This record gives sequence, structure tokens and C-alpha cells, in this order.
Amino acid sequence: MITKKDVEHVALLARLKLNEEEKEMYTRQLNDILKYAQKLQQLDTDAVEPTAHVLPIKNVFREDEVGDHLPNDKALANAPEKEGNYIKVPKIM
Amino acid sequence: MSLNQMTAHELHELMMKKEVSAEEITKAVYDRIDKVEDKVKSYITLTREQALETARKVDEKIAAGDKVPPLAGIPIAIKDNICTSGVKTTCASKILYNFVPPYNATVMEKLNSQQAVMVGKTNMDEFAMGSSTENSGFHVTRNPWDTERVPGGSSGGSAAAVAADECIAALGSDTGGSIRQPAALCGVVGMKPTYGAVSRYGLVAFASSLDQIGPFTKDVTDCALVLNAICGHDPMDSTSVKYSVPDYTQYLQNDVRGLKIGVPKEFMAEGLNPEVRKVVEEAIATLSNLGAVVEETSLPHTEYALPVYYIIAPAEASSNLARYDGVRYGYRSVEADDVVEMFMRSRSEGFGEEVKRRIMLGTYALSAGYYDAYYNKALKVRTLIKQDFDKAFEKYDLLLSPTAPGPAFKIGENIDDPVQMYLQDIFTLSVNLAGIPGISIPCGFVNGLPVGLQFMAKPFGEGTLLRAAYTFEQNTEFNRQRPAL
Amino acid sequence: MAQWEAVIGLEVHVELKTNTKIFCNSSTEFGADPNTHVCPVCMGLPGVLPVLNKKVLEYAVKAGLALNCKIAPYSKFDRKNYYYPDLPKNYQISQYDLPIAEHGYLDIELDGKTKRIGITRLHMEEDAGKLVHQGNIMTTPYSLVDYNRTGVPLIEIVSEPDMRSPEEAKAYLEKLKAIIQYTGVSDCKMQEGSLRCDANISVRLVGSAEFGTKTEIKNMNSFKALQKALEYEMQRQIEVLESGGRIVQETRTWDEAKGITVSMRSKEEAHDYRYFPDPDLVPIVIDPQWVKEIEESLPELPDARKKRYIEEYGLPEYDAAVLTMSKEMSDYFEEVLDEYPHPKTVSNWMMGDFSRILNANQVEIQDCKVAPSQLAELLKLIDKGTISGKIAKTVLEEMVETGSDPGKIVEEKGLVQISDEGELSRIIDEVIAGNPKSVEDYRNGKKKAMGFLVGQTMKATKGKANPALVNKLLAEKLQQ
Repeated sequence: MITKKDVEHVALLARLKLNEEEKEMYTRQLNDILKYAQKLQQLDTDAVEPTAHVLPIKNVFREDEVGDHLPNDKALANAPEKEGNYIKVPKIM
Repeated sequence: MSLNQMTAHELHELMMKKEVSAEEITKAVYDRIDKVEDKVKSYITLTREQALETARKVDEKIAAGDKVPPLAGIPIAIKDNICTSGVKTTCASKILYNFVPPYNATVMEKLNSQQAVMVGKTNMDEFAMGSSTENSGFHVTRNPWDTERVPGGSSGGSAAAVAADECIAALGSDTGGSIRQPAALCGVVGMKPTYGAVSRYGLVAFASSLDQIGPFTKDVTDCALVLNAICGHDPMDSTSVKYSVPDYTQYLQNDVRGLKIGVPKEFMAEGLNPEVRKVVEEAIATLSNLGAVVEETSLPHTEYALPVYYIIAPAEASSNLARYDGVRYGYRSVEADDVVEMFMRSRSEGFGEEVKRRIMLGTYALSAGYYDAYYNKALKVRTLIKQDFDKAFEKYDLLLSPTAPGPAFKIGENIDDPVQMYLQDIFTLSVNLAGIPGISIPCGFVNGLPVGLQFMAKPFGEGTLLRAAYTFEQNTEFNRQRPAL
Repeated sequence: MAQWEAVIGLEVHVELKTNTKIFCNSSTEFGADPNTHVCPVCMGLPGVLPVLNKKVLEYAVKAGLALNCKIAPYSKFDRKNYYYPDLPKNYQISQYDLPIAEHGYLDIELDGKTKRIGITRLHMEEDAGKLVHQGNIMTTPYSLVDYNRTGVPLIEIVSEPDMRSPEEAKAYLEKLKAIIQYTGVSDCKMQEGSLRCDANISVRLVGSAEFGTKTEIKNMNSFKALQKALEYEMQRQIEVLESGGRIVQETRTWDEAKGITVSMRSKEEAHDYRYFPDPDLVPIVIDPQWVKEIEESLPELPDARKKRYIEEYGLPEYDAAVLTMSKEMSDYFEEVLDEYPHPKTVSNWMMGDFSRILNANQVEIQDCKVAPSQLAELLKLIDKGTISGKIAKTVLEEMVETGSDPGKIVEEKGLVQISDEGELSRIIDEVIAGNPKSVEDYRNGKKKAMGFLVGQTMKATKGKANPALVNKLLAEKLQQ
């Protein structure tokens, strides 16, 4: 059972600012969805390997050769705020 | 028949015979857009000038007597989660409302190398999360067959654009049915290729282990042509498979004699609209009459596919969508005076409700203490689902099912009930979990609304899908019907 | 009085010296203009995907082998999810439960005793970008982000909590740095950030088997800082415990200027990194044959080299340890020996005056203008009697500054030793004549006056006089 407190914690982890109404809505809906997901607990999967990749690909590598860089103006073209060659952000602390 | 209603292979032939020019075709498409786009609203961005310029270049080549590739001069619409260099790519999200990629997705490089004409970027559910295109951060796309209804989703804009003849073909992406379900609801052909067949580089990730780009077309032949253009190994995508891409048109054979087709009983049961079931049963009869061997079979873990999907996809999404924080691109809330506040406000104001819901769900499923109960458990059940398919394909060349549980529903009908909306994908998402290819083709109508038939094949069995779909299409008329807009 | 000991484990990040970043082909070169060594992949633009640089894997395996680790036959990458403005994707691609190497060790020596420190694991990950502040991070009104460093390959090496004092921790880090440098996979420059170290430290009463509550110390930018920070933190913890308090498990930052550690508590939630396998990267299956090839390609490592210096060159253990602590120093030493095969003499010069002059000029040996052959040449000039040892130091200073050949400096500056008896005799006569008081003192039994007169002779010859000859001639003349 997910509580509103859980929702608040998860929202902080996910960097989402929720208002009271949203907190209550997501508490309710997440419970609904996870209740549905409880179905999975019916299955005994102790002997089953998890599938993180559906295809048996392994060892994909790249050679250590320098390629094209984005010029600074292109790298920063989408940045909401910049200063000189940098992207600017509000204070960290 | 006007040019914008024709297929790519028909238009290619006309261009090669110099009966029409690429510019005329492109203009016909934009004329149609000018006429119906207000009603359908398939697009987020149109690239008219760029399109006409490309078309004229193709005409120059043809005039010079050069042979051009099959998609040269063909107007193609691109889902707005595929990065297009210099052209806004928003994922239908406010958080990327002004994002202009400085690079092209690999599929765009491939289409550009064929000199295909990009018509514009199509509407979708925000970050491909949804089954109705109602979750777009900008506007709702309407089903050309009934503008009170949804076109399906998440690639609803691409499906509607093809169905409304606002383009000749389109690209979409499919994570749990996002190509096949809207194709079904809009009465066009849509294919999700094998995971790893088409490069994901430049496709804005929703759920990386499930996402795959694929075509929307007006017939199966065009589907093969687009596959020819976009498939193949890409060194920029570690999950892209090294395989020699066949010429998919060689599978366009009007012959299903001896083809063994299984119909999983779990896909013909719970939640299926009875009229849709009837249409699908008629399609099965058609295939049997054409010589296919159709039998009932079982994929016993089908009932678990939806919960597995709704753990794995949101979990991956919660991480994939972490980068939208207002620092490097997209929307930044100006009200924050420290960085944590800036992150939280930008994300809360930039993302829509469904996206936030899935981020919350996925974050929860990965968080300390729940990983094993949810995420790892889901990965294990995913193994069982995949094994069901492996086993079925030992016996059958193809599996068959309805694509969606019902025809297009009314706008707003399912919007307040996430679980109800999620059930839209119940017949399609197993295919993504198993990484196999699936195609949806028109197979009939219910109350004037199209119904889709889904074929599924083993990994890299696209050829078999095309053969069955082509045969069905050649012996029916469903794909020739046009909505009265 | 209770006897306390520290329990210390180190987490060390080493930047690998590849041409390109770990998951894209942007350059890793240090010092470029901000945000110019970037591409869509390392900027974390929507839609991009990572592809592993094979060299990173090779270097990680190499470092793992040099640290006596077992190389994992099967390894994978995971996402470590946390938000920070220098982390473009807001997750770091790292390795969680299947690191590339585990279960290694290295040996440190302190006070003539060898101690083995366990290495828990070594894994590959991507570096974050850099934040530039006006002044300090706590008070700056805004920050600027540079993504050049984003995606530079790192290996993180986690030790067992086997160290019992700040000295041991410093010795461990020095040894780790030496080993990694020998393998050639990193520069290990602490000042450029290519070697970074965090420490976990707790204290307990000697004899206790249990661990106390630990704190994590960050921002130690030199070996000296590591030792000082740990000494401070150890003392702080002891004082808290002895006054009946409790240690709070937290991250603390070393304030170099104030010489204290400071709590970094913030409004951040407790960390929950939500690790999961990165679906964009595929597993790594290691071919044992490849590991064998890398193992065979490993160069001689510090311990082996030190042993060889003692056994083959007859160097004292101390000399061997100091020379082999840095690969550059040790390689230089061997190159000098190629042309001047007197190990102890070379060792004395390298550990003594040469190191002093380099330090004074703030030059690293590998960047120094003096080639090993030139140092050998200098030592040969001493042996030949062309210059004195004292003059040689002056010449060496000049060599470090200009890079000129010692022979040329000696010639140009007229530094050739005066060994001509007639010439020296004449100069000594002048010294005797000019210092009658000292001469008288000497003759009255004050033998020390001899030294003063030698000094005056050297001064008169600007140090060029052959010291042995001066002593001999002076003694003779004063007897008269």
C-alpha cells in the first residue's frame, strides 16, 4: 500500500513538485496500478533468469578514435541560459 | 485518384515515367494538409520549404536521367520523437517545446540518403506515453474516420496523417503498440520491426529495451520499401543487430499456402469487442481459404504481460526522462532560485500528467526495497513471456490476433482511468516484451471504423509477416477504402 | 588513557588516458575551452545512445590485473540515478553488482614493515562535468557548467577497510598511484583531477573487533591533504566519543585553508540511486585469452622493480623504494644508468640535489629539460676531475633552467677545475699574504683556521679550485 508520504518521497527522488491534489491523485492511481502488478507475485520465478536484453548481443565496442565535436555555439544553442562558453544554472546550495 | 492518395511504389513508377514530378506530389500533399489539417491535426511542425527543395532536387536528378531510390521524392511524415537536425523535435512535450536537435537520427540519415521528402513532424502522446494521442502537450489529433474519436497512440499523428492522405508514408515508434494500435484504429498498415533491426539512435527514448521505430504505409508493398530503407546495423546503437538486411520486397508473394498460423486463445478472450472478434474471425476464414493452416494455440503468460510492461517501461522511462531538467535544453522554470527548485519546477511545469504518473511509478518500482519485488520480478516474468513465444514459433510460422481490443474510442472516453487506457495495448505489448516483429493491417470495419489484424513472427521474421499481410491485402479491399473527411 | 585506532577505506577515482570518452568519440584532452570537447552523446541530448570505448575496457582490465584482481568473466553496466547539474543525463553509467574486477590487493611498507591492503573491487564509469563558481559553492549566486569532462572514462577502485592510520592511508594511495602509473593507463595527476580520493573513516579502541560509525571525507586534493584530513577527522571522532557523544554517519568535506572537515548536510534526501542494468548497453563477456595477453603485456611493476634495484644494483632499500615510487623517476634513473653505470652515485644525485633543484623550479622530472644522458655526462665530468662536485650542482641548476649540455656550460662559464699546481700555488700565496691573522692562528695550533683559508682560496677561484690540491698545497705552505 502506497501512502501519501511514499508519493512525496518518490516525487523528491524524481524531482517533481506536486501539489496536494496531485499527491492524492497519484497515491490513488499508483495503488491501482500496483494492485494490478501484484498479479506477478502469483508466479514462482525463483528459477527464472531476468531478461534485461531481449536479444543475445554482447561485446559491442567502439574504437578509441576522436570524432567531430559540436562547436560551442551549437552545443549551447538550446540552453535556456548561458554565459560565455558556459551554461548557467542557479546556485547549487 | 489524387497524387497524395497514392502509394510510394505507384508514385515512384509515375516519376520514373516522368508523368509526375516530385514537386507536384509534394504540393499535392501540402494542398491536402491545407484542406484537412484543421480537422485532423496530425502535425506539430510542417517543413514545407525544405520539402519542396528536396523534391526539386529529386526532379533534377530524374530529369538528368538518373535512377533514383524507391523513396526519392516520396513525402514522409516523421513522429516528433525522432531527432531531425535543424527541425524542432518536441516529443509533444512542453518540456521540449523549443528543442532543435543539432543532429539527425540514424533513420533520418537513411531516409535523407534516399532523398525522401520530410513533410513535417507528427503529433503523439507526450514522450510516446499513451494510446490515444490525447496526452500531447499541444493538441489532440483526431481520427480521420470519425473526428470525434481518437486516432490511437502514441503515434497517432503519423497514423492519422497517412489515413488522411496528408503524406504518403510515415515513421512512428512502438514501445507497447504505439505503431500497430493507431495503424489499426486509422485503417493503415503499421509495423514494429524486430528489436535491434532499426537503429534507435536519435529516437528519443521512452523505454529503451522496448522502443523500436517502424513504418506506417498505405499498403504492404510500401511497408517493405520503407523497411528496406530504415533497417540495418548502426554502430551508434549498441543494441542494433548485425545482420544482412534482405530486400523485403522479395517477400511480397500472394501465397500463404501451407503457412502455419497460430491464434493464441488468450488474445481472443477477455476484453475483446465482440464485433471486432467477428471481423477477425472473418479474416481468419479468408486466410484459411487462401491455404493457410490456422489453429488455436496458447501463450499462457499473456495475462502477465500488462503488469510486466507497466513496471519495466515506466522504470526505464523514469531514468530516460531524468535528463529533462531545464539545464541544457527545453523548458526552464524561471521562478526557482536554486538548482533543486529549478529542476523540480521545470519538470513539474514541463511534463504532462501521464508522463509524471509513469515517472512516479517507475521511480517507485526502482527505489530501495522494491527493486526485487517489482522491477526484477518483471524482468523474470518477461523471460516467461518470451519463452511462450519461442515455444509457439517452434510450431507456427506466425501468430495472429486482433491488434486492439476495440475500434477507435471517443475522445475523452478513457482519459480519467489509466488502467482502462493501458488495456488498449493488451494485444500488442507482448510483442515488445519478446522483442519480436509485429504488423497491423486493415481487416474490416465496425460501424464504419477500421479494425486491424495483427501478425507476429519470430525475431527477424519480417519477411513472413510481409508475405501473409501482402496475401491478405491482395485478396481483400480494406486498405483501399478512404475516410470521408 | 584509552588507545584508539582508525579504520580507513579509500575510494579512488582514476581517469583513464584514452583518446576519447568512454561512450562517445569526443576528445578527453585536458584544458580545452569550456564546452568544446562535447558531442550530442556526452551532452546527454534527447535520443543519443552510448557505445563502449574498447580501450576503456582494456585499461580497466590492465589496472585490475596490476592490482592482483580477478577479472570478471561476465560484466555489465548499470545506471546510477541522481540529479546534479554537471550530470547531463541525471544518471551516471557505472557498474553495480558485476564490476569488471574484484578481490585484489596491494602491499604497502611503513617503518620497514609490509602490510597487505585488500582491494574490494574496480569498476568502470563515466566522469561528470565541472561546475565553475564565483568563489565557493556554498555562497556563489549561480554556477556555470562545462561538459568537457563529462564522459571521460574513470575506474573507481574501492579498498577494504584495512588501513589503521592516516599514514597507512597515504602509503596506500601513493602505492596505488605508482602501480597505476606504471601500467600507463592514467597520468594520476591529483592537481588535474585525474586521481581523486574519498575516504571512509571510523575509530575504535585497539583490540575491538567491531567497526565504529564512519564518516565519508571528500575534497582531499593531495597526499598531504589526505593525511592531514584523516588525522583531523580521527582526532575529531575520538574527542566526540571520549566526551560521550555519538558519530553521525555523514559526508564531510576537507577545508584545506582551515584545516578542518565540515559536514555537508543539505536538504538532499538520503541517497537512493535506483541502480538498474543500462538497457542501452550490452553485457561484456571476457575472453580469458585476451586477459592473458593483457597480463603478459603488463610492464614491470614497482615492487618487482624495487626488488631488482636492491638485488642487481645493490641499492639500499630506502633508495630503491623512493626511486621506484614514481615511474618517471625510475625510468629516468635507468636511462642515466645506461650511460653511467654507477647506481648508488646516480641514486644519490637523483634523490638529493636533482630532486631539490626540480622542486625549486616546480618542474616534474618528465617535463624537465635535462635529458638522462646529460645528467650522465655531468657525473662523468666530476669523475674526470673536470669539475668539482660543488661546481656540478651549479652546472645542474643551469642545465635545469636551459637544457644546455654540461660540457658547454662548464666551458662557456669557465668553470673548469683549476688543477694546475703552479697557478694554485700563486693564488694560495696571495691568500696567505692577505690573511696573516689566520695564518698565525693556525701556527698557534688553531687547526680550524685551515678551513677558513681553504674557503678563501675557493672564493678567490670562484669555486673552481681542485679541493684536494688546495688542501695539499696549503698544508705544505703553512708548514714552512
